[in-house]
Amino acid sequence: MKKQHNFLSFVKKETLHILRDVRTMMIVLLIPVVLMILFGFAISTEVNNLNIAVVAPTRTDGVRQSIERLANNPYFTFVGYINDEQIDPMLRSAKADAVVVFDSDYERLMAMRAEGMDTKPVMQFIFDASNTNVASAGAAYLQNVMTTDHSSQQLFEMHLLYNPQMKSAYNFVPGIMGLIFILICAMMTSVSIVREKEMGTMEVLLVSPVRPIKIILAKMIPYFVISCINLTTILLIARYILDVPMSGGVGSIIFLSLLYLLLALALGLLVSVISSSQVMALLLSAMVMMLPMMMLSGMVFPLENLPKVLSPLPYIVPARWYIEAIRKVMIMGLPLTAVLKEISILCLMTVVLLGVSLKKFNDKLE
Amino acid sequence: MNDPIISVRKLTKRFGDFTAVNAISFDVERGEIFGFLGANGAGKTTAMRMLCGLSFPTSGSGRVAGFDVMREGEKIKRHIGYMSQRFSLYNDLTVWENMQFFAGIYGMSQRESIARSNELLQRLNFAAEKDTLVGSLPLGWKQKLSFVIATIHNPGIVFLDEPTGGVDPITRRQFWELIYEAADSGTTIFVTTHYMDEAEYCSRVSIMVDGEVRALDTPANLKKQFAAETMDEVFRTLARGAKRGE
Repeated sequence: MKKQHNFLSFVKKETLHILRDVRTMMIVLLIPVVLMILFGFAISTEVNNLNIAVVAPTRTDGVRQSIERLANNPYFTFVGYINDEQIDPMLRSAKADAVVVFDSDYERLMAMRAEGMDTKPVMQFIFDASNTNVASAGAAYLQNVMTTDHSSQQLFEMHLLYNPQMKSAYNFVPGIMGLIFILICAMMTSVSIVREKEMGTMEVLLVSPVRPIKIILAKMIPYFVISCINLTTILLIARYILDVPMSGGVGSIIFLSLLYLLLALALGLLVSVISSSQVMALLLSAMVMMLPMMMLSGMVFPLENLPKVLSPLPYIVPARWYIEAIRKVMIMGLPLTAVLKEISILCLMTVVLLGVSLKKFNDKLE
Repeated sequence: MNDPIISVRKLTKRFGDFTAVNAISFDVERGEIFGFLGANGAGKTTAMRMLCGLSFPTSGSGRVAGFDVMREGEKIKRHIGYMSQRFSLYNDLTVWENMQFFAGIYGMSQRESIARSNELLQRLNFAAEKDTLVGSLPLGWKQKLSFVIATIHNPGIVFLDEPTGGVDPITRRQFWELIYEAADSGTTIFVTTHYMDEAEYCSRVSIMVDGEVRALDTPANLKKQFAAETMDEVFRTLARGAKRGE
């Protein structure tokens, strides 16, 4: 009974610290919302509103049909007909992102193709490739739009599974979850533990009969609760605003996230044991945890592009496994049994991290 | 209950080759104000950490508040109070919340801690500031508050580690009145300080040099022994022979 009370008063005190600092609390609660909205809507790898100008020496029915299809496509904006000389100025002045040039012999060439003859190309795309992402994605789209039902010799048929509209939200939601939980559980917890060291209050706590491990646990609980609130917000936004399918079941997603939260807390504990000042804890979390996490988790850059030397690195980034598992469950709709590998790796990492940091923590006390 | 509250024999702490505290032996009687003096690096802090159950002695034996320093560190912690030289209350909590928190971690029940906090606030004449954030109090008040919070669980002995550092003379004077009050009501005070005028206030004073206790007596006897006018002179005479620097 007595023990219970001293632990509870600790949790209460930690909660008070967080509640007192209204600004930080607002930031912590709003970050997920802002990130979700930002990545979900503002920042996307989809190509929207691509301005297309057209050079069409002969405006036959076939040409008109093609252009109509282009103009009706939500991703493209048809900015008008131009002539050969205007191509360069249009692109330079950024009035157009791309120019479609029809051959003057378009109808005849298409007819020849329809009979199975080889001809020279029927149209040309000229792209402003100063932004390579826009140019390559746009070129792929444009090619798709302009060639459907035109070429009789279609060689490939393409199906995009799981994310047929190529929505970038599907890609970013798991990534944001991986990021937020590290931010709150690992960074905030470690900073709050180190703050007590820096302020000198840790000394008084250590002289008190509270077991050191309880000091740490009591600190983790409020941040754990906040993370659970964040998890709820993220899932709600993902489901109802960004229309992410969650086809593998919310239960599985929550299970994976709780496991990952535990891992993040263990990481935070380790950081707090290693660092002697709040600045160091922040730097450690930001440089050693957040940056590699962003770079090596497959959230932003495809891991397949890594040079050979660096390729083992992502295996030790916890977020990578979490994000992969969440992606499988949330987007592909696989059951938990399909991510057993990820689950066991996350468990293993948690156990190792907890072990190392508790050991270090106890060593430090003496 | 008449046995000494602190009783140590040949207490030693080594870090590798370095002997921080070398076989110190002394007793502290109940209700005493015991001054624990020494230059920086003399081993004061290490000795105090051992007495508080924070660090295990390498050898020697001792009892604090009735418990063995070797084996019962956790029990010692429950029966002593401690005030650090750095201000160590939470600035973002109110006076009342700080009191409740520290009462809580010492295992006091809700009812006990409320009664005790009210009593202490009354004694400090501080009831009006109950809901003030500690961060907005003047330093002198913070110091006094730290002291009463260190005694919130009615410990038999309170360890004060340079409690009056950076405080003006009037506040120091008031602070010592609080210490006397506590000592009168039977609490033993174990205090380290750098101010030699404060050493004069103590019932007995020990002076550590190079990890050893070189002198231990009442201030009056020490002055006689070293043929000195003030405690300051006594301290200088002893500290001059120190081999360890800062």
